[in-house]
Amino acid sequence: MRILLDKFSKSFGDVRVIEDMTLEINDGEMLALLGPSGCGKSTTLFAICGIHKVTGGRILFGDRDMTGVPSQERNVGVVFQSYALYPHMTVAENIAFPLRIRKLPEAEVKRQMEEMANLVHIEALLDRRPAELSGGQQQRVALARALVRRPNVLLLDEPLANLDAKLRLEMRSEIRRIQLETGITAILVTHDQVEAMSMCDRIAIMNAGEIIQIATPQEMYRNPRTAFVAGFLGNPPIAFIDAVASNGTLTVKDADIRLPVPPNTETPPDGTPVIVGIRPENLGRDGDAPIRGRISFVETQGRENLYDLTLANGSVLRSIQRESDDVSLNDEVEWRVRSDQLFLFAQNGERL
Amino acid sequence: MTGHLKSWPIVLALSILSAPLVLMYVYLFIDTFTNAPPGSFIPNEFTLEHWTFLWHTPPGRLSIWRVTLNSLMFATSTATLVVVVSSMAGYVLSRLNVPARGFFLAGVMVLHAFPAITLIVAIFLVLQIVGLYNTLIGVILVKAAIDMPLGIWLMKGFYDTVPWEIEMAGIQDGASRFTVWRKLVLPQVKPGIFALGLFAFLLGWGEFILPQVLAPSGNAQVLSVYLAALIADDNNFDMALFKSVGLFYIAPVLILFFFFQSYLMNIYGGGSKG
Ligand SMILES: Nc1ncnc2c1ncn2[C@@H]1O[C@H](COP(=O)(O)OP(=O)(O)O)[C@@H](O)[C@H]1O
Ligand SMILES: [Mg+2]
Repeated sequence: MRILLDKFSKSFGDVRVIEDMTLEINDGEMLALLGPSGCGKSTTLFAICGIHKVTGGRILFGDRDMTGVPSQERNVGVVFQSYALYPHMTVAENIAFPLRIRKLPEAEVKRQMEEMANLVHIEALLDRRPAELSGGQQQRVALARALVRRPNVLLLDEPLANLDAKLRLEMRSEIRRIQLETGITAILVTHDQVEAMSMCDRIAIMNAGEIIQIATPQEMYRNPRTAFVAGFLGNPPIAFIDAVASNGTLTVKDADIRLPVPPNTETPPDGTPVIVGIRPENLGRDGDAPIRGRISFVETQGRENLYDLTLANGSVLRSIQRESDDVSLNDEVEWRVRSDQLFLFAQNGERL
Repeated sequence: MTGHLKSWPIVLALSILSAPLVLMYVYLFIDTFTNAPPGSFIPNEFTLEHWTFLWHTPPGRLSIWRVTLNSLMFATSTATLVVVVSSMAGYVLSRLNVPARGFFLAGVMVLHAFPAITLIVAIFLVLQIVGLYNTLIGVILVKAAIDMPLGIWLMKGFYDTVPWEIEMAGIQDGASRFTVWRKLVLPQVKPGIFALGLFAFLLGWGEFILPQVLAPSGNAQVLSVYLAALIADDNNFDMALFKSVGLFYIAPVLILFFFFQSYLMNIYGGGSKG
């Protein structure tokens, strides 16, 4: 079901957390709400499911205005960060709880509960209690319980934050598989860009209660609207250096470096201070614009090496390259950037 | 093993210190089943004569079974009242945004610290006016009211440990606020309810002042008052009978403690499970 937040605002007393946010989630889509801790992601989620009353604006499910409808009638499935399983009930009872509340006939409850347990692969655990399950299994039960009543929308609040690295990888693809199989509209809240990029159709990136950009992961990575977005996506992250426009090129002060203005970017007037963003994968042996510096840090990651390159003016760039041992710490090197992959930002962070 | 070895001086010291207490209880027990010659502590014959009160009611007194039943009703009713009211009020104070919540919490605390005995005259008058003086219901209401602040405070502590998300999950699953409390939250605080019930029962069973003042005579007499009346009776003073009734009176307490001490410990754990 299509979800629409229409100029939605939320404040707690005098603290304005969200102001005039408009966000549309398409039917069957999985959208990531990505942003740093405290930016208002959970607040948005809780407004959608009705735990928080909104202070302004409307929330629509399809064409129906849900703004004043109590949580119980919104039919929203929520997976909480802590899973919030009912500790005194077995897995089967946990999954069946929403159906029993609905007073479905017992045979139907059992059928739907088992169907859902099969979907999330926990058929063998139905008689256990939550305390007897691993983190990943609890997660699956929480998903099954949220999905069993065929909700209008599935909300996931940092669902992977409590799992260890290996399980996180596994559950990432599992959650996506289950979402695709059920075709449900879903919103995933996360502060981890990898989760957002790998699991979702589109990403809405938030900062301080505002949505900065909404785009597909690929589009957002290639075309960040602000320096904040560019800095949030990508691991290892993008590096920024200050430069000044002069004669159609970008001069990095005190470093004897000139970079061309990237294509599709209007050449800024002479003397304009700009911020240049260089992703680590675009700095290396091939490219068109030379950059000299000293290798100040090397991290071996097996297949690849990660280098910090300190320029003459003290700025630090990052480079990720195929593993090799022809350069080592403190070497002076001349590497190259692919100038068509540079990003230019104004002093305020807006993309030029 | 080393832990046991290291603690032996403490165990020894505690044993020596508590020996007189244990000896006294053992002697009390033996004394109720035996007779000793005048001037001696050493019993020389076994007898059941001190326990005849169980099947023989002297004129002018209530049957011991009637009195025991009164005590049982008194303790059970106060415990039930305290548990029912505390389990609801504690939840409200722990979770809901009631107006003047802080005031209620502070009030409950003050009421708990307030010495109930200073109210006894006022309570006496109130009961007299509403016609509940010298009735079991009257004392039950008063005792429950006095125990309630502690119960509410304890239950609030237990509810505070239940994760907030569980309730929110229940609401999302379509359950009403009441169903959430009844089906999802209450089971989480079961150990607390059980402990509070037991605690309130024991408090009621041991209560003396309130029944003594508010229901001293007639059919509402409870065991503690019955026992006190035995001592006060100068005409047929019987030390051995007093001891036997005393033992009869504390036996249920000992049994409850023996079986349920782990639950009672919950009270002092402040609601933390495990
Ligand atoms: N119940 C509340 N009362 C007051 N402030 C709150 C409340 N819930 C959240 N906030 C504030 O709102 C902001 C956003 O919180 P939240 O939505 O939880 O952020 P996150 O993006 O990490 O999920 C934070 O600054 C937080 O302090
Ligand atoms: Mg959050």
